Amino acid sequence: MPRFLRLLIPLVLLAFAPLAVRAQLTIEIVGGAGTTVPISIVGFENESSWPLGITGIVGADLSRSGLFRLIDPSGIVPRPARAEDVRLGDFRARGADAVVVGSMTSLADGRVDVRFVLMDAVKQVQLAGMSYAVTPQQFRATAHKIADVIYEKLTGDPGVFSTRIAYIAKQGSRYQLHVADADGVNAQTIVTSNEPLLSPAWSPDGTRIAYVSLENRKPVIYIQSLNTGQRQVLANFKGSNSAPAWAPDGRRLAVTLTKDGGSQLFLINADGSGAARLMSSPSIDTEASFARDGQSLLFTSDRGGTPQIYRLTIATGAVERLTFDGSYNVSPRASPDGKGFVFVRRDGARFQLAIQDFATRQVQILTPGPLDESPSMSPNARMVLYAAEQGGRGILAAVSSDGRVKQRLVAPATDVREPAWGPLQH
Amino acid sequence: MRKWISGAFFIALLAGCSSNPQQSAPVEERVPSTATTPGSNAGAVTGGTTAPGVGGTTTGSAGSTNPLRDPSNILSKRSVLFEYDSFTVPDQYRGIVEAHARYLQGNRNTRITIQGNADKRGSREYNIALGQKRADAVRQLMRVLGVGDAQIETVSFGKEKPRNPGHDEAAWAENRRADIVYSGE
Repeated sequence: MPRFLRLLIPLVLLAFAPLAVRAQLTIEIVGGAGTTVPISIVGFENESSWPLGITGIVGADLSRSGLFRLIDPSGIVPRPARAEDVRLGDFRARGADAVVVGSMTSLADGRVDVRFVLMDAVKQVQLAGMSYAVTPQQFRATAHKIADVIYEKLTGDPGVFSTRIAYIAKQGSRYQLHVADADGVNAQTIVTSNEPLLSPAWSPDGTRIAYVSLENRKPVIYIQSLNTGQRQVLANFKGSNSAPAWAPDGRRLAVTLTKDGGSQLFLINADGSGAARLMSSPSIDTEASFARDGQSLLFTSDRGGTPQIYRLTIATGAVERLTFDGSYNVSPRASPDGKGFVFVRRDGARFQLAIQDFATRQVQILTPGPLDESPSMSPNARMVLYAAEQGGRGILAAVSSDGRVKQRLVAPATDVREPAWGPLQH
Repeated sequence: MRKWISGAFFIALLAGCSSNPQQSAPVEERVPSTATTPGSNAGAVTGGTTAPGVGGTTTGSAGSTNPLRDPSNILSKRSVLFEYDSFTVPDQYRGIVEAHARYLQGNRNTRITIQGNADKRGSREYNIALGQKRADAVRQLMRVLGVGDAQIETVSFGKEKPRNPGHDEAAWAENRRADIVYSGE
């Protein structure tokens, strides 16, 4: 199968490139998009002077997205480093529609000038050109920025290679909240506990993570600052405190509290003050997720007899049921593009991810299951990160919101779950 | 489906290439003294959890007179198991709940936590709510029997702390449960 062979190329690159060795999570592509942009990334001039290059990371980012196919530029001599050196015919002959060339130059202050241009080999125009003065420690971040620029120019959507993800890693009886780059590299431990941690949620500005801990023998919501490492209690009321969801303004969160009986939705200020009930129902209401505009939120409720997804318009209190197919539809996450939401549905004994469009109400099944849960959308709404099970162990996986591109993120000997994709970095 | 399987083959290969995670020095849990506790939150975090069993075992020798610990006393039974998708205390557990309700009425300063649990299937957060519903069902029965809310806190562990980690119906049945835990236990 040519399609299968095409998958092999980036896999082998990932396996042997030094950048994968340090990875906490290793990402593999397990399914590709229908069409891919053939792109040739020429090793930057002087790149070999530094142990960690740039173009390898750029290429890995792009190919991992499933939307690009790397075209090997070796054999093109002399190797072009500037737009004026590029003979686009050489690249067209190899099947490349886009070409990236660049250079790296030591500066007097110890930093490195990294510059690149992106060219459209078909239209024969330059699409982007940027330069960065950075330290070698910033090479990886710079590579992700370059990949973001290329991705946005060629797909029209913002790239998310510079974003971060959070997830819970369980080793033995130890639970850790990790934050890593979107490619799984640079994993940092944010919290360690001997009791379960769950439901991490990024603040909209990416500086804080709310999460639920059972360390006090009950669910309590904390907020941890990533900059200072300081932790504060968000909600520790009588009963259970769980399911934090940030409002888009970052000043308030929706949470599920049982202090007044039953699992009910409340709004609470980010400093833990002013908890106020959003609704009053005799049923379970939980798993809030704010719409992009903050005016409404999605939630799971069993008010109709089975768990289904509803939308609450906050100003009016109006509640509308959104899912009707099946007897178990839970964990809604509003899409950052405002068009719909991703959720978990049960079909028999199988738990799968699905995506529903607000306007058409059309539902598309995204994953095969059998135990897929905890969806989290990328900030450009193109990918959904989620938890799956493989061989009795939790792994993370990602699927494009059209269901075509599939990836797995695997951490050796660790149970990983509860992924949360962080916001775009500004 | 085919692609998922072929992809799985490479995971082993790639995992083998990966060294141990390179992490920054693990950040230990912040001791709550560094936490800023919002004023409106009743019951702020107390420093660390008490190890289970530290309280309540002062009469720990054999022949204990503590009825909560006496295996021949119904009060030593603490678990209520629920049917699938059910939140009604089954008849065979009513005797246990009634015994604890009587004990609480005779010991007005004694407090309990009812910890609800759910089986492993489905959403973690929704399972927290399901476990809560089971704990609340036990509390409701105790209320009917005259126990005041001040003596009871109901909480849920969802599917996070399964008593039986198995993957079959027997395990799931054991995990659809509410446990009665006395303060200090």
